Amino acid sequence: MQLEFSPEEIAFQQEVRSFIAENYPKHLRSVQDEGHDLSKEDFLSWHRILAKKGWIAPAWPVEYGGTGWTATQRFIWSEELAAADCVGTMPFGLSMVGPVIYTFGTPEQKARFLPGILSGDDWWCQGYSEPGSGSDLASLRTKAVRDGDHYIVNGQKTWTTMAQHADWGFFLVRTDPDAKQQEGISFLLIDMKSPGVTVRPIITLGGEHEVNEVWLEDVRVPVENRVYEENKGWTCAKFLLAHERTGIAAVARSKRGVEKIKQIARTEMDGDKPLLANAFFKRKISELEIDLTALEFTELRSLAGEAAGKGPGPESSLLKIKGSEIQQRITELALEAVGHYGAPYFRGFGEGDNEHPIGPDYAHRAAPTYFNTRKTTIYGGSNEIQRNIIAKMVLGI
Amino acid sequence: MDFSYTETQDMIRETLSRFLADTYDFDSRGKMIASTTGRDPGIWKALAQELGMLGASFSEEHGGLGGGHLENALIMEELGKVIAIEPYLQTVVLGGGALKAVGGAVADAVIPEIIGGNVVIAFAYAEPQGRYNLANLRTTAKKDGAGYVLNGHKGVVYAAPWASHLLVTARTGGSGSEAAGISLFLIDANLPGIVRRDYPTVDGFQASEIYFENVAIPGDALLGGEGTGLPLIEQIVDEATVAVCAEACGVTFKLHQGTLEYARQRNQFGQPISRFQVLQHRMVDMFMEVEQCKSMTTMATLKLDLPAAERMAAVSACKAKVSRAAKFVGQNAIQTHGGIGITQELAIGHYFKRATMIEGQFGSADHHYDRFEKLTLAA
Repeated sequence: MQLEFSPEEIAFQQEVRSFIAENYPKHLRSVQDEGHDLSKEDFLSWHRILAKKGWIAPAWPVEYGGTGWTATQRFIWSEELAAADCVGTMPFGLSMVGPVIYTFGTPEQKARFLPGILSGDDWWCQGYSEPGSGSDLASLRTKAVRDGDHYIVNGQKTWTTMAQHADWGFFLVRTDPDAKQQEGISFLLIDMKSPGVTVRPIITLGGEHEVNEVWLEDVRVPVENRVYEENKGWTCAKFLLAHERTGIAAVARSKRGVEKIKQIARTEMDGDKPLLANAFFKRKISELEIDLTALEFTELRSLAGEAAGKGPGPESSLLKIKGSEIQQRITELALEAVGHYGAPYFRGFGEGDNEHPIGPDYAHRAAPTYFNTRKTTIYGGSNEIQRNIIAKMVLGI
Repeated sequence: MDFSYTETQDMIRETLSRFLADTYDFDSRGKMIASTTGRDPGIWKALAQELGMLGASFSEEHGGLGGGHLENALIMEELGKVIAIEPYLQTVVLGGGALKAVGGAVADAVIPEIIGGNVVIAFAYAEPQGRYNLANLRTTAKKDGAGYVLNGHKGVVYAAPWASHLLVTARTGGSGSEAAGISLFLIDANLPGIVRRDYPTVDGFQASEIYFENVAIPGDALLGGEGTGLPLIEQIVDEATVAVCAEACGVTFKLHQGTLEYARQRNQFGQPISRFQVLQHRMVDMFMEVEQCKSMTTMATLKLDLPAAERMAAVSACKAKVSRAAKFVGQNAIQTHGGIGITQELAIGHYFKRATMIEGQFGSADHHYDRFEKLTLAA
């Protein structure tokens, strides 16, 4: 066991650091700094640069377009991305359906879909949750009925993140209404431009349009777009959920979040002194930082296990619970730090003038981000469900 | 000892509750917020003229019902239950509170106008550098003949876009956070040299950044003594803090009630989620926080007229507890709702937003623990 990076790893760190510094889109940086919403093209501009470099999917096997990096290199990579405050790549293709396709898909499916995921030409969304099926995902009711070479799909999905931009969606549908819940589900890839697919926005508490309802009315889906066997889609779903949970710890990004709070607390005045001199506030930062270190080393131990051939198992629920709670505490503390200036609603500011600004820039999104981040303990399997998983699968009770 | 309400107080609550049920449903509130002015001024008029509600906490000599802090608290609690965006806190509790405290000609002139619904007052006290320290002021009021000239910047002044009057804290002397040299003024909101930048707030109100640029104000705008205004400011802010806690009683009550209703009708794994013990215990914990909000608010309301040190300790104890409770109840209401709690579509998320803003209003939990310790734990 050893904590320090090897000389090769340090060289790698330098290489990725310079790459980011030289290639991160300037336009994107200014959009982020000014706190604007990112457009589809904003997200894709960075994605395409990474795709061109061959660094878009470090976790994938080399044969499908991965980088062949060690777990440590991947750790360094995510640290550097977060430290430079790069926008995240969309996980729906790269971290979710991509691994499902290269693990369970046919050669034709791999050839058809993996290149578009890597290049960014295909934007993916996830059709899992339904209005009546959240934590109890296996109760889903969207049904697919076989009609020759097609399935006819009918139903409604919800919380479909960024579906407004999506070219393709991966959907869990019921193909056998008589089987036991988990056994009658199939995993379908659906072209979002198919007739009968309707996407409707859901506006969340910070005023964002991130999630959508997706209605499927008599949508015809070719049978060759089913991944894995009919009625065995739950196997893909479980595999994907475990993958979704490992990234969800968001350690590197949370480190960056803690640093931002320190910066705010150095700038914000608490009467005659900076807020960072306030003992109560300082204690909250250190509690956060220490909890984050505990999470980081839990994740590193888990990655070491993965490198030794153990796939992400139920202990990834621990990373999801602690990671999501820390993300929430960061936004909570940021909102607390900005004091009175958490209240102004930046989407309603109208035309600005520099002479009379509405609080500091870093305050503008503090409250909406806090509201929005309540989602982290709900999505990807709520933290209540994660605790059930640990109780059952880890503790055996 | 007697914790029961009088018949008049019960009547005020019932009348207001009925009126708000008719006028302040979730959709109507949304429409008011989305309108050009960001509110429906007709509601304020009705509260004043049809219900006589704005006079509840004023003396009969001024045309009120003869009540005080308890009436303010129960009105704020009812307003909290519908997350009303009416400027009651600013106009009646803060503005009215200052006028009641100083009395005299200005009180005789303005209080009847408040009761009649003809006046909206906004409280311009916070400054970007001051955080929750009421004495840390850079806004200055310089003596100029019989009047003063006002200069400075006040931040996040709730209700300012609607205001006919501004209640302003400023330095007539001293510097930094010194207690001496602070004065309180009630001025016309539309004087030359007042520059406003208006915006909505995340909890549905309207607020402004206010810049005073050589604003000439008359001498009789001064409330209380010149340079000795801090105790008066602390008193009205304490009264307002308790009023916000009373509002929080209404807000957290509805957060808890809404969560209970949702958990009863939401089915997962073949049963209502209210049947899961982990959620039952959570909702019990929320219930206990709501009850303690009510207890602390009652305690602090009854202690508002005690000597300053006792009053301050009671108010800080109340706000520290309520700030934490507002966070706990709000966060758990959203978590129990799941995804639907994070959308704009359900009322619950809007209650959560208001609860979140209440946490920090007139001082965070940390601020009030600190003040409580300074008053009660001298080493």
